Amino acid sequence: MPVDILMPALSPTMEKGNLAKWLKNEGDKVKSGDILAEIETDKATMEVEAVDEGILAKILVPAGTQDVPVNQKIAIIAAEGESISEMVIAAPASAPKASTSPIAAAHVTAPAIVSTPSSVSAYDASSEVPAGTEFVTQTMREALRDAMAEEMRRDGDVFIMGEEVAEYQGAYKITQGLLQEFGPERVVDTPITEHGFAGLAVGAAFTGLKPIVEFMTFNFAMQAIDHIINSAAKTLYMSGGQMGCPIVFRGPNGAAARVAAQHSQDYSAWYSNIPGLLVVAPSNAADAKGLLKAAIRNPNPVVFLENEILYGQSGPVPKLDDFVLPIGKARIARSGSDVTIVSFAIGMTYALKAADELSSQGINAEVIDLRTIRPMDIETVLASVQKTGRCVTVEEGWPQSGVGSEISAQIMERAFDYLDAPVMRICGKDVPMPYAANLEKLALPTIGEVVETVKAVCYR
Amino acid sequence: MAVAARKTTSAGRASTSVKSTASRSGSKKNSLPQNFTRDEDVRAYREMLLIRRFEEKAGQMYGMGLIGGFCHLYIGQEAVVVGMEMAQKDGDQVITSYRDHGHMIACGMDPKGVMAELTGRRGGLSKGKGGSMHMFSVEKQFYGGHGIVGAQVPLGTGLAFANRYKKNGQVSIVYFGDGAANQGQVYESFNMAELWKLPVVYVIENNRYAMGTSVSRASAQTDFSKRGISFNIPGEQVDGMDVRAVRDAADRAIQWCRDGKGPYILEMQTYRYRGHSMSDPAKYRSKDEVQKMREEHDPIEQVRARLLKDWKLSEDALKAVDAEVRDIVNEAAEFATNDPEPDPSELWTDILK
Repeated sequence: MPVDILMPALSPTMEKGNLAKWLKNEGDKVKSGDILAEIETDKATMEVEAVDEGILAKILVPAGTQDVPVNQKIAIIAAEGESISEMVIAAPASAPKASTSPIAAAHVTAPAIVSTPSSVSAYDASSEVPAGTEFVTQTMREALRDAMAEEMRRDGDVFIMGEEVAEYQGAYKITQGLLQEFGPERVVDTPITEHGFAGLAVGAAFTGLKPIVEFMTFNFAMQAIDHIINSAAKTLYMSGGQMGCPIVFRGPNGAAARVAAQHSQDYSAWYSNIPGLLVVAPSNAADAKGLLKAAIRNPNPVVFLENEILYGQSGPVPKLDDFVLPIGKARIARSGSDVTIVSFAIGMTYALKAADELSSQGINAEVIDLRTIRPMDIETVLASVQKTGRCVTVEEGWPQSGVGSEISAQIMERAFDYLDAPVMRICGKDVPMPYAANLEKLALPTIGEVVETVKAVCYR
Repeated sequence: MAVAARKTTSAGRASTSVKSTASRSGSKKNSLPQNFTRDEDVRAYREMLLIRRFEEKAGQMYGMGLIGGFCHLYIGQEAVVVGMEMAQKDGDQVITSYRDHGHMIACGMDPKGVMAELTGRRGGLSKGKGGSMHMFSVEKQFYGGHGIVGAQVPLGTGLAFANRYKKNGQVSIVYFGDGAANQGQVYESFNMAELWKLPVVYVIENNRYAMGTSVSRASAQTDFSKRGISFNIPGEQVDGMDVRAVRDAADRAIQWCRDGKGPYILEMQTYRYRGHSMSDPAKYRSKDEVQKMREEHDPIEQVRARLLKDWKLSEDALKAVDAEVRDIVNEAAEFATNDPEPDPSELWTDILK
C-alpha cells in the first residue's frame, strides 16, 4: 500500500506553510524517521519524517512552493517493488480531523433565568449537636489542636508538617503537645521553604498519605500557591479521576494587628475561585474543631483559613468523642426577618455585634455564617433572602471579585424578584494594609459600617 | 500487548563500580559501562525503538491535526528513561515534566491509552482530560506528567517522603531538565531530601537546551552533577546516549537510596533531536549539530550495532522487532484516531472526590 505524505501543521492554528526543501529525491530509499522535507512558516520550522519505510515514489509539491495548505498530499511513499504508475495523485487527501463535537455545542445554551426559585431551603445546623450534649469552653487554638490530635490518633496516615510545628510547639501554638504525643516522624519541622514543602506534601498525598500543611500564615503560602492550585487542586481532573490529593493546607489568614501590608491579606476569595479546592473559614471554636476534623478526612485538597485574632477567643465546644461537621453547609447564627447579613470567619464578629445593635434599633437581622466558602451554601443564603428581601455581606477581604461579590451575583441571578433593595457589600478597603493604628482601623470594616449599611437597605 | 512485561529487577548482575560513585565532588565520569547481556541489549533496543516510533507517530498525527496544543517529543533521549527503568524495581515511583510520553511507555503504560490521551479521546489514560502533559498511573506508579517547569521536583521528593514514612523500601525517580534545574524549588527539594535522607534519585536530563536557550546561556554552573554539592548530595555525569552507562549509574544511585543514604543526582547528558515542542523556530542550533548527534551518538543505533556485531543477530531478527514495534504503534494510532471524544458529561466529573 502506498503511503501519502501530507502537509503537516506545526500548530493547531496553522492553515498553510511553505515547503522549503526536499532532503530526499524521488526514487530514494527511505526508512521510518528519515527526514524527507522541511516546512516553514513565519514562526517556526518543522521536519517532515517518513512514516514508513519504502521508496519516495513521487514528490507532488516541489521545493520552494509557498502557501501549501495543511493536509495537502505532498508526496507518496511506496513499498519496494510497488508500482506507482497507477497511483492517483488527485485531490488533497482528507485526513481525519478531530471532530468539532456537535454534541458539546448543543450543551452550550443560555442559562435559564430562575428569578423565582421555588424550593430553596436553609440548612438546619441545630441538629449537628445531639440534644443534651455537654459543652466545654475552649479557645479556637485548643479546638484546632484537639481536632488534629484526634485525627492523628485515628489514622496513622495523617501527619503535620510546617515551620515550627514541632519543637517550637507552633508559631501560634496550634500544634502544642503534638510532637510529644506523635513524635518527629509525624510532626515534622520544615526549613523555611514554603514552595518546596507544600509541593513535597502534595507528592506525599498522591500516594495516599494525608498531610496537614501548616503555613505560618497564608501570606507565605503565596510562595506555594502553584502547588496548591496546579498540583493539588487540578490533579484529580487531569488524571481522569485516578489520582487524588487528600491534603489540608491550614494556617492564619487575613489581618492580624499592626503587621502591615505583606502580613495582612485575606485569601478567601482567591482560593474560592478554584475548582478542585474546598475552602473552609470557621468563625468559632466549635466550628473550627468539627470542620478541621472533616477537612482532614476529606479526600480532596482543603484550604483551611484560620484567623490569628480568633485563636485566643473562647467558645463552647461539644464534648463528643467524634465531633465532625459537614463541609459546605452554612449556619444560621442568629434568626431574623428584616435583613440577611452574610459573613464568615472574623467577619462574623462585626456581623453579630452589628445585629445586636440593630436589634436595639428595631431591626431584626438574620446572620448567616458561611463557614465554608467553597462549595458555598448559597441555598441557605437564598432561603433567607426570600424571607427578608435584603442582604448585606461582611468580609475583611478586598471588594473587587470578593466573596461578597459572588454572593451578590448569585442573589441577583437566583432571587432577583425577592429583593427589596440592592445587595450591599462591606469589605476591607481597597488599599494595601497600612501600619499606623488609625489607618489600619480605617482600612478594616467596622460595626458602624455594617449598622449603617443595613439601615440603608432597610430604608431606615 | 507485550510492551507491558517490564520492571525486571537488576538483581544478579555484578555491580562493580559502587566505589567510584560516592564521589561527593560530583561530575566524575565513570569508566566503561558494564556490557549488557544479549537479552538486555534486545530489551533495550526494543523499548527505545518503541518510544522512538511512538514519538514519530505522535509527531505525524500532530501534523495531521489529530493532536492539539502542546506536544513535546522525546526523540533522542530514549536511552535515559529505558536505562533507568532497567535498574528500577516494582513499586519504585516515576515522576517527570511535560516531555513525558517516553517515561510512560517505559513504565509499561498502554501505548493506546497514551496516544488516545494525545488525541483527547475517552480511552485516553486521563479520559481525554489531561492531554500530552498530564497522565498518571497508580498501577504503574507513574505520578505525571507535570506542566509547570520544576514542579515535579518537590512532588517527587514528596513521593520519597512517603516511602520513608511508610518504610516500604521504594525509591522515587524524579526527572527534570537542564532548564528546570535552575528553578528555586529544586534546591528547596534538595535541601529537604538530604536533610531527611529521602530515597530519591534526581535525574537531570541535560538535553542542552531549555526551549531555545542553551545551557551555557542559562546556567552559571553547567556541570549539573555538582548542583547538589552544597547539600552534600552526590552526583555524577552520565553518557545519556549509552543505555548501558545509564543503567550502571542508575544501579548505583538507586542502591544508594535504598540503603538509606539519602538522595542522589544523575546528570544525563543527552540530546533532543526535535524542537522543544512542535512549533519550534530551529534557529538556536545548527542543523549540523543535530545531524552529527544523530549520526554519531544515536542511542538506538548504538544498541543496534551491538546486536548485529556482538550478538550476531540477523537483519531479519531486527526487522521482526521493528515490525512488532510498528504494529504496537499503528494499533495505538488507530485506536487514538477512532476512539470517540469524551462524553460531554465528563466536563463535570473528577473535580472532587
